[in-house]
Amino acid sequence: MSEKKVIDARGTFCPGPLMELIAGIKQSEVGEELEVLSSDEGSAKDIPEWVNKVGHDLVDNFESDGVWHVVVRKAK
Amino acid sequence: MKILIVGGGMGGTILANNLARRLKSELDHGAASITMLSASDKHMYQPGLLYVAFGRMAPDELYRDQQSLLEPAIHFHVDPVETFSLNENHVIAKSGKRYDYDIIVIATGSRAMPENIPGLAENSINVYTEQAALDFYKRLSEFEGGKVLVSVGVPHKCPMVPLEVTFMMYDFFKDRGMLDKVQLHYTYPIGRLHSLEPVGKWAQKEFDRLGVTYETLFNMKEVDGDKKVVYSEEGTEASYDLLVAVPPHKGMEVIESNGLGTAGWIPTDRHRLNVEGHINAFVLGDTTNLPISKAGSTAHFEAEALADNIASTVKIGTPVRDYDGKVFCFIEAGKEKATYAMFNYNNPPDPKPPTKSIHWFKMAYNQLYWASARGLL
Ligand SMILES: Cc1cc2nc3c(=O)[nH]c(=O)nc-3n(C[C@H](O)[C@H](O)[C@H](O)COP(=O)(O)OP(=O)(O)OC[C@H]3O[C@@H](n4cnc5c(N)ncnc54)[C@H](O)[C@@H]3O)c2cc1C
Repeated sequence: MSEKKVIDARGTFCPGPLMELIAGIKQSEVGEELEVLSSDEGSAKDIPEWVNKVGHDLVDNFESDGVWHVVVRKAK
Repeated sequence: MKILIVGGGMGGTILANNLARRLKSELDHGAASITMLSASDKHMYQPGLLYVAFGRMAPDELYRDQQSLLEPAIHFHVDPVETFSLNENHVIAKSGKRYDYDIIVIATGSRAMPENIPGLAENSINVYTEQAALDFYKRLSEFEGGKVLVSVGVPHKCPMVPLEVTFMMYDFFKDRGMLDKVQLHYTYPIGRLHSLEPVGKWAQKEFDRLGVTYETLFNMKEVDGDKKVVYSEEGTEASYDLLVAVPPHKGMEVIESNGLGTAGWIPTDRHRLNVEGHINAFVLGDTTNLPISKAGSTAHFEAEALADNIASTVKIGTPVRDYDGKVFCFIEAGKEKATYAMFNYNNPPDPKPPTKSIHWFKMAYNQLYWASARGLL
């Protein structure tokens, strides 16, 4: 399996973590995992909301040292 | 020390001129040289395309000869790079000529790719090239009424364009007494109307006040031009009579074909701006993969930081500062009001209510830009 891609969106406001993920998913293959790092607590909610709506898989969602890690698998 | 700058747009030009001033004595004595390779002998002020699209600027107002913007000591060639050999410290350009360097800076920009969404290129208008902006004005002028859909792709250059184009269309139709015949509808990829939360909140209030309808979490998947419908990745759809796209963007083909970065975005260190894994190769402006706005102001502030670091590397052998993620964007809120958003890696934006004076400052900046490109502002 390919390595997990990390999108380091810490400390960024525009376009922001979710928009970076959307762009990153477009460049990925089905089955690939992407881990978004965000310093915005909102990402822990709004990324899963979008992932569910589109139908990708939420693999992990946790906070560590003030950084939110949201791991998503491209499902289609 | 041979410095090679690839790209003569906003980032490359501001960097080259800043460097030429700081390194005047080294350039005079042959201790350093600056060469710029670009794809055109003209420099376009791209933000002006927005005004061309509304018939408020003519295309020729957006151009200057690139050579005339550069300090005389800079060697400028219209000779686009085709091969980058970052491990061997040279590039090969279209003429076949090889250019060696000690330090390279890549600032080749980005391009709108409506063709990346099935049906989008044939069925929509946008403001991202001179021809597109002229077509936009023609189609808008001929529009007799119906639903105008503004749909936003990811990633895109200049995060303010989606809102600006919507507010400017509102005023355009208002001036023509057509508001009762037009419905403006706006879709945005994430769960609010703009990536910057305070801007999104402000825009929502304005849209509600003006009667602009909207749908969030809407990412264009394909366009059916016969049915006049845009389908989203999220499984919803939006109809239109006139489709205004903010197309998804990519970096330049040459970046991808040289294996420098997926989709033309080069992996870049967020503080030092070097190409990851290379200490003498740097990236500026739209073509970085940094998770920040693809905007001229980003390219400008990155160029200033990089000019300090390259000049100090030449003079004292070491870089002296970090780029702090600074971005400053004007936001046109119609045809005579504007506000702005300023932020960096640590401080979120706090935009103020739009005023006439900020709009006039933006109008003045449209001319002052040429001083900025020369590295004077
Ligand atoms: C409609 C519109 C409105 C905008 N509004 C704003 C705004 O209000 N505020 C703002 O800050 N920004 C705005 N922008 C964005 C801004 O114009 C860009 O972000 C900025 O120009 C990026 O600078 P750059 O140096 O990265 O690339 P560019 O300015 O695009 O320059 C790229 C350069 O690379 C050259 N090049 C390409 N390929 C090669 C090659 N193979 N070899 C050598 N050279 C090459 C090109 O000829 C060009 O000179 C707007 C853009 C548009 C289109």
